[in-house]
Amino acid sequence: MVSLQDLKQINRFEWEIPQSYRADMRVPVRIFATRQLLEQIKNDKSLEQATNAATLPGLVDRVVVMPDVHQGYGFPIGGVAATRLPHGIISPGAIGYDINCGVRLLASQIEFDAVKNHLSDLANTLNHLCPSGVGKKGHLRLKNVELEKVIRDGSRWTLQHGYATEADLRRTEERGRLEGADPTKISKRAKDRGRPQLGTLGAGNHFIEVDVVDQVFHPQAAQVMGLTVGHLVVMIHCGSRGFGHQICTDYVREFQSAVKRYSIQLPDRELVCAPLDSPEGQAYLGAMRGAANYAFANRQVLAHFARQAFEETLAGKVPNWHLHQVYDIAHNMGKIETHEVDGVPVEVCVHRKGATRAFGPGYQGLPAEYRSIGQPVLVPGSMGTASWVLVGTAESMQRSFGSSCHGAGRTMSRSKAKKMIWGEDLRKELQSQGIHIRAGSMAGLAEEAPQAYKDVDAVVETVHGAGIANKVARLRPVVVIKG
Amino acid sequence: MLEKTKWYTGTMRPKSHFGFREIAHTADWELEVWAPDLGTLLVQAARGMYHLAEAKLSSHPRLNRKIEFSFQEPETLLIDFLTELIFLTESEGLAFDQYELQFEGDQLIALVSGAELESISKEIKAATYHNLIIRESERGLIANIVFDV
Repeated sequence: MVSLQDLKQINRFEWEIPQSYRADMRVPVRIFATRQLLEQIKNDKSLEQATNAATLPGLVDRVVVMPDVHQGYGFPIGGVAATRLPHGIISPGAIGYDINCGVRLLASQIEFDAVKNHLSDLANTLNHLCPSGVGKKGHLRLKNVELEKVIRDGSRWTLQHGYATEADLRRTEERGRLEGADPTKISKRAKDRGRPQLGTLGAGNHFIEVDVVDQVFHPQAAQVMGLTVGHLVVMIHCGSRGFGHQICTDYVREFQSAVKRYSIQLPDRELVCAPLDSPEGQAYLGAMRGAANYAFANRQVLAHFARQAFEETLAGKVPNWHLHQVYDIAHNMGKIETHEVDGVPVEVCVHRKGATRAFGPGYQGLPAEYRSIGQPVLVPGSMGTASWVLVGTAESMQRSFGSSCHGAGRTMSRSKAKKMIWGEDLRKELQSQGIHIRAGSMAGLAEEAPQAYKDVDAVVETVHGAGIANKVARLRPVVVIKG
Repeated sequence: MLEKTKWYTGTMRPKSHFGFREIAHTADWELEVWAPDLGTLLVQAARGMYHLAEAKLSSHPRLNRKIEFSFQEPETLLIDFLTELIFLTESEGLAFDQYELQFEGDQLIALVSGAELESISKEIKAATYHNLIIRESERGLIANIVFDV
C-alpha cells in the first residue's frame, strides 16, 4: 500500500511516486492533488493501481493521476498513460469498458427565471424522450448495415440522418469521428448489443442534467462558448453502452493469451495488453475506434431528443428555446497523439481512463473560435452540487499529456452510500433545493448521492492551481435525469 | 488442484459451506465468493451478482438456456460464465436462479433456469479479471470478483 511517506512533494498541487518505489515500475507516477485530497485518495487502492499501471511496457515519461482519481479495476479511474509507437502497448483495461464515455454540453439563451415554473414538465419530457435505465432500448432501430455506418462514421451518420447540425460536429472532439474504425474487428455479440441502444443513456452514474450558469470566471472564454450567467445549459454524460462494454470484454479476454505470446509480465490480469504494432493491438484499436464513434453518435442522438424536449416544453413560453453545442469530449479513450518527451516530439498512444483531453490554445484540431482560448473541458460534478466548464492550457501539454480531470471522483463505496442514505429522502432533499430528479431506481440514486463523492470544487481548484486547466464557468443543476 | 470433472447441481444442498458477500469498493462492486468446488463457486458468483443488481424474476413462465464453455483455466471460465449471464440479462432481459453444471474435461455445459426480469436496479458493464485468482482456503475455493458498474 502506498503511504504518504512514499511520495515526494513537487509543489502545492503535485506529488510523485518515484520509479524506485517498486522494481517493476518503468516510469514514475505524478499525482495532481492538494494534501487534503491526497488524504482522501490514499484511503483506497488508487495509488497502488497507478503504480501497477506504471509497469506497462513502452510507457514514456510518467503515469499521471488526476485529483478526482479513485480505485477502479486494473488501471485507476482518473489515470493517464502514454506508450510510445510503434512497439509500446495498448491496453483495453486502461481505457475502460465504457469506451468513449464522455460529456456533451449544450447552451441556451433561456433565462432560468423565465422557465423555473416549467422545469418539472421539462424533466418529464426529457425523461420520456431520452431512454434511461438498465438495458434500455432506444427509439432507433438500426439494421446491420446502418450500425456499420455508425461504427465507421460516428457523428457524421447522425448528420446524414437529421440528428445533428454541421455546427454540432465542428464542436465535437475529432468532429465526432475517429479514423480507422474497423467493424470487422467487432464481434457479432457486440453488434447485437449495440443495435437497439443508440440514443440511450443507460444507468449508473450516467445522466442528463439541466443546469444554470452560476458563475463565470473567464468572461472571454464564456462569451466564445455562449455561456451567460443565469441561463440554462444541458449536460449529457454517457458512453458506448453495451456495444463498448462487449468490445472491451472481448479484447480483455483475447489479450489474456496475447500477453503470454508477447512475454509481457503484469501485476494484474486486468491490465492485459498487446503491442500497438501487433495484429492483436491493431484489431483492438480498430474496434475501440468503432465504439468511440458509436458513443459520439449516441450522445448526438440524445442531444437531438433533448432539443426536442426543450421545443415541446418551452415553445411559446420563451422566445428562443434553441440549444447550441458548446463541446463534446471523451474521458475514456485511447488516442494516437504527438507529445514532447524530453524536448523531442514523440508519437504516443495516450490512454485516458476517467481523464479528459485538455489541449491548450493553438491546437489546430479545435474549431477556429476555440483556438485562442483552448479546448473546453467538461467536468460533471455529483448530483446536487456543481459541474464545471474549464479550458485546456499549454501547461497541460507539458505536464499531463494534454489531460485534466473528468469529475468529482467517488470517495465512498456504493454499499456504504446505500446504508447511509435513503434514496427517497435524497430525492426529497434535492427537490427542496429546487432540483427536479427523475430516477429509475431509488437505490441507484442513493449510490450516486453527493456525499459519496469528493468536493468537485476542490478538484477543479487543484487542476486550476496546477495550471493544467483554467476555470471558465460553474454550473448548478436544476433538473437531473438518471437511469 | 481444482477438480474439473464432476457434476454439480446448483439446486442441491452442497455438503460444505458456500456463499458470497460484498466487499467495499469505492466505485464498482467487489464480490467475495466461496464454495467447496468450482461448480458451486460459479453458481455463488452468479447468485451474488444478481443479488447486487437487485434482480427480481417474474414468477412465470420459466425459461431454460443451455450454455457451453470450453476453458483452459478456472478464472477464465468464471469470467466467461458471468459474462454470458450479463449478456442474457441485457439482450433478452433474463436472469436465472437454478443451475445444473456438467464438467467434462475442459468443457462445461451449463443448464440454467430462470425467467424474465420483473425489475433490476443496476447495470453491470462487465465482470473483470482485476486481481482475480481462485485460491484454496479453509472455506474451500475462494475468489474476489470486481464488476464494472
